[in-house]
Amino acid sequence: MRRAVVSVVGQDKVGIIAKVTRVLSDNDINILDISQTILQDFFTMMMIVDVAGIENLDRLQDLLNEAGEELSLKINIQLEEIFQAMHRV
Amino acid sequence: MTIALDEMMETIRMIQMENLDIRTVTMGISLHDCADSDFQIMNKKVYEKIVSYAGNLKAVAEDVEKEYGIPIINKRISITPIAEIIGNATKDQAIELAKTLDKAAIELGVDFIGGYSALVHKGITKGDQTLLDALPEALSVTERVCSSVSVATTRTGINMDAVRQMGVIIKEAAERTKDQDGMACAKLVVFCNPVEDNPFMAGAFHGAGEGEVVLNVGVSGPGVVLSALKRHPEADLGEVSDVIKKTAFKITRAGEIIGRVVAERLGVPFGIMDLSLAPTNAMNDSVAEILEEIGLERVGTHGTIAALALMNDAVKKGGAMASSYVGGLSGAFIPVSEDNGMIRGIMDNSLTLSKLEAMTCVCSVGLDMIALTGDVSAATLSALIADEAAIGMINKKTTAVRVIPVPGKEEGEMVEFGGLLGRAPVMGVNPYSSEKLIRRGGRIPAPLQALIN
Repeated sequence: MRRAVVSVVGQDKVGIIAKVTRVLSDNDINILDISQTILQDFFTMMMIVDVAGIENLDRLQDLLNEAGEELSLKINIQLEEIFQAMHRV
Repeated sequence: MTIALDEMMETIRMIQMENLDIRTVTMGISLHDCADSDFQIMNKKVYEKIVSYAGNLKAVAEDVEKEYGIPIINKRISITPIAEIIGNATKDQAIELAKTLDKAAIELGVDFIGGYSALVHKGITKGDQTLLDALPEALSVTERVCSSVSVATTRTGINMDAVRQMGVIIKEAAERTKDQDGMACAKLVVFCNPVEDNPFMAGAFHGAGEGEVVLNVGVSGPGVVLSALKRHPEADLGEVSDVIKKTAFKITRAGEIIGRVVAERLGVPFGIMDLSLAPTNAMNDSVAEILEEIGLERVGTHGTIAALALMNDAVKKGGAMASSYVGGLSGAFIPVSEDNGMIRGIMDNSLTLSKLEAMTCVCSVGLDMIALTGDVSAATLSALIADEAAIGMINKKTTAVRVIPVPGKEEGEMVEFGGLLGRAPVMGVNPYSSEKLIRRGGRIPAPLQALIN
């Protein structure tokens, strides 16, 4: 398993999760965990996903960028190790 | 172990809003085996070795940057000090070699190549002298070649003959690039106690104690430290230190993992992490503004040294805990032209050259990216270098001078260097002469601090 974090930040609206998970399922990516919160209309969602089968995160980031633009949100995918390194000793 | 939502948010905020970045991945390459009595053969070997070792540096760094979502701003190369391999080459050949290095850097798409250097802190060899003679022209006809010259160490004292030459070299380099406001000088740094594994420019070189090839990483993050402090406006100074320490820890950990992944993919040993708060002209990415956040109305006023000492020390403590191999310069840089807060401090008459000198006693390096009036004499530049070298020698620390005497410019004018190098207000120097001190020549003996055996 190779885990990555998908982060979505921006104005809350209908259909964010639907749109993002559609991109992921189209690319055969399994979601391991989802958490989200809304702070003063500001929507934040983090998903842990398994990208073991994905050779090229770059292409996936491009697809997420497209989805992000349609929703006027910022969507990023990055490997999970960076979070582990920064927050766990 | 699962990561909490707020922790993920913190990382993402640091990267997207607070300019957390990996400032540089720098590949150190030994060129000792390229030495040859035939210059043309050596020239060819140097080019081929650099291009083959660093062939994938840029591509791999860019892949890692995308996968981990942290920008790597610069890809750089450091090499064996060129003076050590040129032997009997002539001045013109040394200049040709600089052009070869420049060509290799452009071919590889790396931002800078450092190590067009000489270590002359005790004496000057034939090769060293050739390199020194070649320096002004070499730096003015190349774009990405950086040079450093070590003129002093705690163990050897200060080589004042070399210091005298450096004043002349800086003047000439400025004159040769007067159309670009003396730009060549921005690629030249004069050191006391240089480190052999520094990934930052202009002072990077691959030292004699280093291996065949190594990957060193420099992270930065003044913006991250600044916004962490803004969340604790009423903390006492012990707590301020703690906030900086924790932030430095996180930044360093991010850098370490990126460095290790890049090194592993390139099949090169990981060297060191250099955690230096290196400012840029981006909004809020300023070391001076951290000092102001700690409690100064303007950087340069009374209390600046105390705040800087606290910050520099806290950065080291956080960084040392976070990485197995901390090295390089690790601390805080105080370049003037690259730091909006420093520029403002000078324009508001709060920050002076003397105060900047004093600040170098407690921060990681020295007088950095300071524009001086064009009419400053070579002897005054040498004396400025001697002062910095003395601070480094006595305090057993690295100090450096990277100043640009801008031809035709007077005190108070503004010069634009562009890109990461930024812009700087031209500063005046003390009008009285240091000519005699410099003319005396010789060496300032190693201090008592050197006698530690």
